[in-house]
Amino acid sequence: MHKLVPVFAAVLILISSPGQAELQIQITEGVDKALPIAVVPFGWQGPGAAPPLDVAGVVAADLARSGRFAPLDRKDLLQRPTTGADVDFGDWRIQATDFLIIGRVVQSVPDQYEIQFQVFDVLRGEQLLSYRQPATAADFRRSCHRVADVIYEKLTGIRGVFSTRIAYVTVSRSQSQGQVNSTYRLVVADADGQNVRIMVESRQPIMSPAWSPDGRKVAYVSFEANRSEIYVQDLRSGSRKRVSARPGVNGAPAWSPDGQRLAVSLSRQDGNLDLYTLDLNTQVLTRLTSGSAIDTEPTWSLDGEQIYFTSDAAGGPQVYRVAAEGGSARRMTFEGSYNARPRMAPDGKQLAVVHNDRGNYRIALIDLARSSTQVLSDGRLDESPSFAPNGEMLIYATREGTRGVLATVSTNGRIRTRIPELDGDVREPAWSPFAED
Amino acid sequence: MTKFKTVAALLIVTLVTACSGPSKSTIDEGAAGAAGAVGAASSGVSAGGTGAGGAMGSATGGSALGGPGASQENRIIYFGYDDFAVKPEYDVILQAHGKYLSANPAARVRLEGHADERGSREYNIGLGEKRAQSVRNVLLLQGAVSDQIATVSFGEERPAVIGSDEEAWSLNRRVEIVYGQ
Repeated sequence: MHKLVPVFAAVLILISSPGQAELQIQITEGVDKALPIAVVPFGWQGPGAAPPLDVAGVVAADLARSGRFAPLDRKDLLQRPTTGADVDFGDWRIQATDFLIIGRVVQSVPDQYEIQFQVFDVLRGEQLLSYRQPATAADFRRSCHRVADVIYEKLTGIRGVFSTRIAYVTVSRSQSQGQVNSTYRLVVADADGQNVRIMVESRQPIMSPAWSPDGRKVAYVSFEANRSEIYVQDLRSGSRKRVSARPGVNGAPAWSPDGQRLAVSLSRQDGNLDLYTLDLNTQVLTRLTSGSAIDTEPTWSLDGEQIYFTSDAAGGPQVYRVAAEGGSARRMTFEGSYNARPRMAPDGKQLAVVHNDRGNYRIALIDLARSSTQVLSDGRLDESPSFAPNGEMLIYATREGTRGVLATVSTNGRIRTRIPELDGDVREPAWSPFAED
Repeated sequence: MTKFKTVAALLIVTLVTACSGPSKSTIDEGAAGAAGAVGAASSGVSAGGTGAGGAMGSATGGSALGGPGASQENRIIYFGYDDFAVKPEYDVILQAHGKYLSANPAARVRLEGHADERGSREYNIGLGEKRAQSVRNVLLLQGAVSDQIATVSFGEERPAVIGSDEEAWSLNRRVEIVYGQ
């Protein structure tokens, strides 16, 4: 639905995606008991030989990537039913398959499709779900992910995130005439790393992408004017607006839950980073913290009343909390010498942070009620955790040799995937909210 | 103020020592690029400029410690991990830059603060800014006026050296003094 359009601006070149390598996701660690499931190639009722995309292939890959399902290899399918009447549960029981997905793509009029599918419980021999997902050619892949979302929710009780997206920053370096040239890109891709769109490209750093709560906009920091400035860009139209270019640092934008304000870190004239909220409608700036400490990396509580942030008020960086209207700050983390860049979990009960674990920078969860710390990642230089909107997983930046790559870890620590890209450094992943449509 | 006098005394001592050593050559941006520097100043501030009368330049008769003619190594201040205090070893260089700015009211300098790659990125922007402010404060003490000095922090985004070891990190925790902006 959300077609991303490239932006053209004086210093920015928007380019189309062909040159950009797509991300390929590898599961590096799964659960022991992934559920066996069969996803049969979908039938096709329409002109030509096949639907625009292999629906079953996309759905099976999504389910496998979650770590909770083990789809049967396609070549091992004993039968390939496309309607409920053709299903013989006996064959599927022989293959020890717990669940069966069948379906067909129907084209009624040009560019209007319907993905019809059924979910069966093989052991009990009954249909669990019958569903029709409309699609167009332009959003066909997204519609396939929605099919996977519906199946995932039916079988796990947890809302799927396959049709969500991720934003991230890439850096590629090239050398010419003894000079190293860097190209920074803000990229938005589907949650499976496919369908890559470059939103902004610049010779100067791009940082800190943050999704608006409705998933329509991304705020980020750009150094295109050779200093930090905060922009808000509409993903559908590609148009953007500079919302903060005050003297000094303009950084760390974080949307309020109602999407009306940005919490930001500004140094202004005095060179000291403090937190502010910026009302996007009125441009009114409200100061939340003061003093000589570095106060940055805000994240909002779900009710919009509190802001958690990084401060070095006690020496090293720790997480603090302050009321969104300002006031005195309260320290929230005490375990370890380094706890920074908090991100609020979708349930509002935990924070993901960058935590120094015996010299290694790792992703950890802070339980706010118990104030306990659980280290989730195992790298040496992990950073930038971002929750999937269903709270089941975190995406973060890690290293593979000298290259930055993205990885995910389930919040119970049991499922890990790695998303290596073919070229360039990848960093600062931000998982989108659920799409509203 | 007491501290300032100590610094001044130290400067004189070090200056004498510096005179007896070989004069430092100016490294231009191209050479820095070839050596792997990514974040070098974007404007061509490198070559020439010694004749502009950097206070120290004329005093030593060699290349300047301060001012736009200062060699690359005299335009970079390095810092400790998660630290933004200027180490005493840079007092001489910074005093020379401060005096140059004081003697040349039209001169402008931009202090570009950087951090190593460890930890979170926006916090590192904060560290880079703090480092640039620390250098700024020293220059102001030396007689520069605030209108002459701009600061910017690139955090860990523009490393001078690509690498994930102590040496690379120590070379990336820096403030670059860039004239002419």
